[in-house]
Amino acid sequence: MSDRKNIFAFYDIHVEIEGKEVVKGVTLEIKPGEKHAIMGPNGSGKSSLANALAGHPNYRITSGQAYIDGKNLLELDATQRARVGLFLAFQYPLAIPGVTVANFLRTAVKAISNGDEERLKNFRKELLEKFKLLDIDQSFAARYVNDGFSGGEKKRLEILQMAMLKPLMAILDETDSGLDIDALKIVSRGINTSAHEQGGVLLVTHYQRILNYVKPDWIHVMMDGKIVRSGGPELALQLEEQGYDWLKIEPVGTVGR
Amino acid sequence: MSESQEKNLGIASIGDDYAVQYGFRDVEDYFHKSPKGLSHEVVEMISRLKNEPEWMTKFRHDALDIFLAKPMPQWGNTALLNSIDFSDIHYYVRPTEKQGRSWDEVPENIKRTFDRLGIPEAERKFLAGVSAQYESEVVYHSLKEDLRKQGIIFLDMDSGLREHPDIVRKYFSTVIPASDNKFAALNSAVWSGGSFIYVPPGVDVKIPLQAYFRINAENMGQFERTLIIADKGSRVHYIEGCTAPVYSTNSLHAAVVELIALEGAYIRYTTIQNWSHNIFNLVTKRAMAHAGATVEWVDGNLGSRLTMKYPCVYLVGEGARGEILSIAFAGDGQHQDAGAKVIHVAPRTSSRITSKSISKAGGRASYRGMVKIYPQAHDCRVSVECDALLIDGASRSDTYPTMEIDAERVRVEHEARVSKIAEEQLFYLTSRGLTEDEARLLIINGFIEPFTKELPMEYAVELNRLIELEMEGSVG
Repeated sequence: MSDRKNIFAFYDIHVEIEGKEVVKGVTLEIKPGEKHAIMGPNGSGKSSLANALAGHPNYRITSGQAYIDGKNLLELDATQRARVGLFLAFQYPLAIPGVTVANFLRTAVKAISNGDEERLKNFRKELLEKFKLLDIDQSFAARYVNDGFSGGEKKRLEILQMAMLKPLMAILDETDSGLDIDALKIVSRGINTSAHEQGGVLLVTHYQRILNYVKPDWIHVMMDGKIVRSGGPELALQLEEQGYDWLKIEPVGTVGR
Repeated sequence: MSESQEKNLGIASIGDDYAVQYGFRDVEDYFHKSPKGLSHEVVEMISRLKNEPEWMTKFRHDALDIFLAKPMPQWGNTALLNSIDFSDIHYYVRPTEKQGRSWDEVPENIKRTFDRLGIPEAERKFLAGVSAQYESEVVYHSLKEDLRKQGIIFLDMDSGLREHPDIVRKYFSTVIPASDNKFAALNSAVWSGGSFIYVPPGVDVKIPLQAYFRINAENMGQFERTLIIADKGSRVHYIEGCTAPVYSTNSLHAAVVELIALEGAYIRYTTIQNWSHNIFNLVTKRAMAHAGATVEWVDGNLGSRLTMKYPCVYLVGEGARGEILSIAFAGDGQHQDAGAKVIHVAPRTSSRITSKSISKAGGRASYRGMVKIYPQAHDCRVSVECDALLIDGASRSDTYPTMEIDAERVRVEHEARVSKIAEEQLFYLTSRGLTEDEARLLIINGFIEPFTKELPMEYAVELNRLIELEMEGSVG
C-alpha cells in the first residue's frame, strides 16, 4: 500500500513486548503539515506505539503496515528510519557520558545528512540559532549528553535535536511531562518553529496542557492498546474537564479517521 | 543497503588501509645486528659498539646475571609469559652508522616511515626536539636552539651517556634497580636508545618534548631506556607515541622508564602505545617525586599480545603528588594487564589513580593496582577509580586492587565499576541515524574522554582513530 498523500501512516499496528500484546491494532494517517496528538491514561500503549514505530528492538511489531513518505517503514531498522526522516523525542532520554552535546549533534546531523556537505558546513551557525530559540546557554554545547541533566534540560535537548535534524516526521513521547509552565512554553515554541512545513508531528501525551501551545489538528484517545476516539481540538478540552473514565463506558467511536 | 553503499558510508572500509598505514616494513638495512640469543658475549658486543664507559659495561653484565638467575614472575598471565623464547630474539640492531643532525641528514627510508605515520610537516616544526627511535637506536635528533639556551638536555640515552656521563651516572638505575624484576634486569643488560632529558632548576619547558619510535626488524627486541630528571622547581611534559607495524612472529618489548622530579618540580609523561598483536609489552615505569613535586603518568595501551605495565610513583618528599591516568583496550586474543602503583613514604602526599579499560571480542583487561602508605606518611589523600567497559559477553575484566595503609589520618576513596553498553543507549543513538557500530564507537569515545582530554589534540585524534580501527568489524 503506497500512499503519497500521507507523510506518515500506519494501519492496524500490533505491538508486543516480551510476548505481551500492548498495542492492539492502531491506524492513523498524517498528511503533510498536520499535527496530531495521541492522548491516553498511563499504560494505554501510546509510548509503546511510539517506540515501536521508531524501531526499538524490544518492541516487536507483530502485524500491520507503516509508511513514511511512501516508504515501507517496517523494512527499515532504527538507523534507516532516522535517515529517511523519522524522529522520536524520548520520554526518558539516555545519558552518554563523555560525549558533548555539540559532538553528539554533529555526529547525528552527519549521519542523517547522507553526504550533504552543506548541512555540516552551517552546523555551528545553526546550532547557535537553535540555542537562542530554545533559550539555552551556550555552555550547554560542552556538557555531556544528558549526564546530570535536570528533567527540563533533557526535554530541551530532545527538542534541540529535533530542531537540528529537521525530521519529516517527529514523534514526541511525553515531551511535556516534568516541565514547568515556562519550560513548557519554550519547548512548545521549539516544536512549532522546528516542525517541517511539509512534515508531520505526532504528540504523545497524558495531559492536555501542552495542546494549548502546540495546536494539534487532530486528537486521538488511546486506551488499552486501541484508539477509542478521534476528533478535533475540542476533544482535548473535553478530556481536560471530564478525564478518561467516561470513554470507558461510551461505545467506541470512529477508529482513525 | 548494498555492499558498495556500505563502503561509501566508510564503515566497511575503515580498516582496509591498516596494513598500508601501519603494517608497512622497510627493507631491513642494518649496519649491525646481533645474532639471536642472549649471552655475556652479546652484552659485551653491545657495550663495545657503543663505546661505553667501564661502569656501564659492568652494569650490563651484572644485570644479565640477575636476569638469568631470576625466575619468571609467578603472577599475571604466567602461561603467556612462559611462552617467550629468549633464545629466539635479536637483542641489538643498529639502523644507521651515524645519527642525523638535521632533518636533511635523516635517511630517506626513515623519513618515509614518518610520512606513513602521518606526522604532518607543520607538526615537525612544532616539535621542540624530535628524537625518533627507529629500531634500537635513535637515528634522528634535533634540539631547538631556544631549548639549548635554557640548558635543557634532550638526547637519546646513548648520546646522553656519552655527552653527560656525570648526570647519567648519578641518576641511572636509581629509581629502578636491575634487580627490580626479570624484565628490568633484561633491559638493564641490553638496553639501547630511549630518551635522556635533564631540565635545569626553575626552567619551564613550554612545549611538550616528543619522541616517536617504532619496532621494525622481525623478531627483534626493543629495549629502550628513558631517564628524565626535572631539577628543582622545573616543569616538563614528555610525550611518546607508537604506531606499531604488523608482524607475524613474536616480539618482545621490555622498556625501563625512570623519572625523577626534584623538589617542587613537575613531570608529565604521556604515552600511547599501539603494539602489533603479537608483541609482549613488559615495561617498568617508575617515578620519584620529592617534596612538593608532581608526577603524572598518562598511559594508553592498545594492541600487543600481552601488556604488563604498572606506572608507579614514589612520593618520597612532603607534599608530593602523583597521578596515574590510564586506559587499556583489549581485543581478540589480547591481555592487557595494566594498572598503577603509588607508594606514600612522606606525610601530606596525595595520589589519584584513574584506570579505564575496554574489552571486546574475548579480550581481557585486568587492573592491578597497589597503594601503600608507610607509617610516617600521615595526612595523605588517595583516590582510586577503576572503570571497565565490556563490549560483549565473551570479554573479561578483572580488578586486583591492593591497599596497605599503615599511617594515620589518611583519606582513601576507592571506586570500581564494570559496565556494558546498554541496549537503550544504542537505541537512543541509532534513532538519531547512527549505525550500531558508530553508536558503540561514540559511547566508547565518551567513556575514554577523561583520558583523551588530557592529550594534545593530534594525539587525541590519533587515539580515537586507533580505537576505531580496533573496533572495526568486531561488533554486532
